[in-house]
Amino acid sequence: MFDNLSSRFESILKKVRGKGRLTEADVDEVLGEIRAALLDADVNVGVVRTVVERIREAAIGAELSQALDPGQQIVKIVSQELTAMLGGETLKISYASKPPTVVLMAGLQGSGKTTSAAKLARWFKSQGRHPLLVGADLQRPAAVEQLRTLGKQIDVPVFSEPGDPVTTATRGLAEARRIGKDVLIVDTAGRLSIDADLMDEIRRISDAVSPNYTFLVIDAMTGQDAVNTAEAFHNTLAIDGVILSKLDGDARGGAALSVKEVIGRPIAFAATGEKLDAFEQFHPDRMAGRILGMGDMLTLIEQAESVFEKEEAEKAAAKLFEGDFTLDDFLDQLQQVKKMGSMSNIMGMIPGMPKAAKGAEIDDDMITVTEAIIRSMTLEERRRPEIINGSRRTRIAKGSGTTVPDINKLVKQFTEMQKMMKRMGGMAALSGGKANKKGKPGKVSPLKMAKAMREMGLSDLAGPGGAMKGFPPPGKNPSGIPSEGFPDFRDFR
Amino acid sequence: MNSAPVILLVLVGLVVLFGVGVVVYNRRKAAPQELPEVPIEVVVNEPEPEPAPGVVRRFARAAGVFNGSFAVLRGKDKITSETWEELEETLLRADVGLSTTTALLESLKSRVGRKDISSPHELLDALQGEMAGQLSSNSRELHFDSSVKMPNIWLFVGVNGVGKTTTIGKVAFAQKALGRSVLLAAGDTFRAAAGEQLETWAQRAEVPIVRGSDGADPSAVIFDAVQSAAANSRDLVLGDTAGRLQNKSNLMEELKKVRRVAEKEAGTVTEVLLVIDATTGQNGLSQAEQFALATNVTGVVLTKLDGSAKGGIVFAIETQLGIPVKLVGLGETIGDLVPFNPEEYVRELFAEA
Repeated sequence: MFDNLSSRFESILKKVRGKGRLTEADVDEVLGEIRAALLDADVNVGVVRTVVERIREAAIGAELSQALDPGQQIVKIVSQELTAMLGGETLKISYASKPPTVVLMAGLQGSGKTTSAAKLARWFKSQGRHPLLVGADLQRPAAVEQLRTLGKQIDVPVFSEPGDPVTTATRGLAEARRIGKDVLIVDTAGRLSIDADLMDEIRRISDAVSPNYTFLVIDAMTGQDAVNTAEAFHNTLAIDGVILSKLDGDARGGAALSVKEVIGRPIAFAATGEKLDAFEQFHPDRMAGRILGMGDMLTLIEQAESVFEKEEAEKAAAKLFEGDFTLDDFLDQLQQVKKMGSMSNIMGMIPGMPKAAKGAEIDDDMITVTEAIIRSMTLEERRRPEIINGSRRTRIAKGSGTTVPDINKLVKQFTEMQKMMKRMGGMAALSGGKANKKGKPGKVSPLKMAKAMREMGLSDLAGPGGAMKGFPPPGKNPSGIPSEGFPDFRDFR
Repeated sequence: MNSAPVILLVLVGLVVLFGVGVVVYNRRKAAPQELPEVPIEVVVNEPEPEPAPGVVRRFARAAGVFNGSFAVLRGKDKITSETWEELEETLLRADVGLSTTTALLESLKSRVGRKDISSPHELLDALQGEMAGQLSSNSRELHFDSSVKMPNIWLFVGVNGVGKTTTIGKVAFAQKALGRSVLLAAGDTFRAAAGEQLETWAQRAEVPIVRGSDGADPSAVIFDAVQSAAANSRDLVLGDTAGRLQNKSNLMEELKKVRRVAEKEAGTVTEVLLVIDATTGQNGLSQAEQFALATNVTGVVLTKLDGSAKGGIVFAIETQLGIPVKLVGLGETIGDLVPFNPEEYVRELFAEA
């Protein structure tokens, strides 16, 4: 997601970062590159102009008034502007006092309305609601069958009847009331914003069901036309929020940024995969951070939170910080990580991970191999890897179907990580300021943790000139790479 | 094996660390908001800051004059910096892309410098000429060859939601009208009801269809369709495939296999048509690159050109990758598919309505 924009900003801001003062030429160069990056990302021309101007004004004003590092200021300004563009705050769904809460889906053909409707239904279900889907796309062949199939997969009933979409929607609403469903999601046919008849039809559907939320589904790959579409739909329907679909592609998704700017409505949800659970609430602040190369750590945390047993995780973390984390604990945690989804997805969200690493498609089989190695160790070996000698190594390699160097590497990296985590624990506790008496990281905010990690040099691994340059595809042995400073990370490439 | 454990280690470390950080942090704050069992009041959205009026006004104006911006330019008598800005913006708005736009304008600027061009009117004509010149491929015909191992196989590929299935329905209709016996292969076994959708088109075009069960191997479905077509001496198999994002390497591998297996026994793949939605922005180039790499794309179908989008990414696709646009989709009915005509297309872009 937004990878390209993110990497471009990283390289631009790297130039500015650390400069004592900015000349006007610096500002111009930065702005020129920001403009190009935004245009390549499909941000609307007009929005680009506005944002670049805002950044220029802010940057020049800042130069005059502040003694702070101007480079940092530009970073901050760009980040603020992007956050504002992306929507400012997360859309919070509230429910109708008299159920059902009605949601209307609208958009162009092929933007992903039907799939998004099903994903949204699943999301409402996960919030403890009882949705009913209405198939009011009577235009596209088999659209209703598609919705029914999806409904079956997520165990949500689907209502539809042939004939007129306005009638179907109205009857769907009555059906939801009759069977006591508290959320109604109306899928509609795709339509061009310049098709007056069909735009009138969707207005009549909207009038018939009086939606609490009208969502416009926008394909993340959309170009400059996104603003025209958004404006036309907004004028007809009063859009409440945008669902950004297909964000798992390599599109930079800039169009979505413009839509908020033009219709003043936030991006409410983002679809990040073909599976029906690949759908999440959109977090503009996180996305801006992502564009600036700060990763999408918060999403990762949220996912981790929903998967990890809190008590267990706390115990594990305490062990980590104290250096008591054994390979057995590692094995446990691996099981948890597996629940969080595919490795490449998780990797993409970690800040400072180089682009190449994100693209390297971490094979989920790797987890299996790692598990096999650890499971081939005795309990004692897992507790104290230092006792693993030559013959033990051979045995483990045989037992797990790997080679001795593989075992060596795992053990070496594990030890390195243990050390690093211990250091990091200390630092986080320090910056958190309130470590408890046992030295455990007491009340530490994630942001401070992130800061501590950045100070550890994690952030510098990314970027074109960073240490992680040239991440080879899995399968190549990264030996022979000079290591300095942070050997364990150097070896991660 | 390689770098796996390393990455996993860090990952687990980070996840644990941050997971706990958040747990602790949240606990310190108020308890997390639980959703109440009973629906509560308040349907009002949180107030969203209105966009600055200046922005909205500018957009309203820009959208209104999009088609007319060239007319305004033509009316001027001098080429000024504003002329260039206006041109750049108009091209960018059509999704032509920054690098193609810059290249086009640089070339024109040098011509203005040499005094070849002196008025905005001439400038626009020259631009129109250069753009049409970029779309100069001479192979926009659909390849059908009755001398190859029959049947001919045309595969339709592309990302999700671009209109592959609809395009196949229209192509089937058009090819049948040319007197060819057509068979459809429902190779999209992934998306719910994709087979049903294609079946509807098969009925409309009155051509037979071969379907597999949901989730079946798409290569097998297309292979079976080709076998069936060969057995019944049909001329042409139109193979649908599931939409896939070009950065999903496993799905692109699947597509390679589809192409490979399609002509394993009978039949020859004579067209691989990449379907691109006209609303697509700069990502269209990445789509063309990746699909071409995987399947040797022979042509592009530009769909949904009846909307407000201009599909300017085709300039980059033709000039940088040399893949010709062959067909244009202009609507949802069976006859709404026409051969691509570059002059006409550029003229449309420059339409002064």
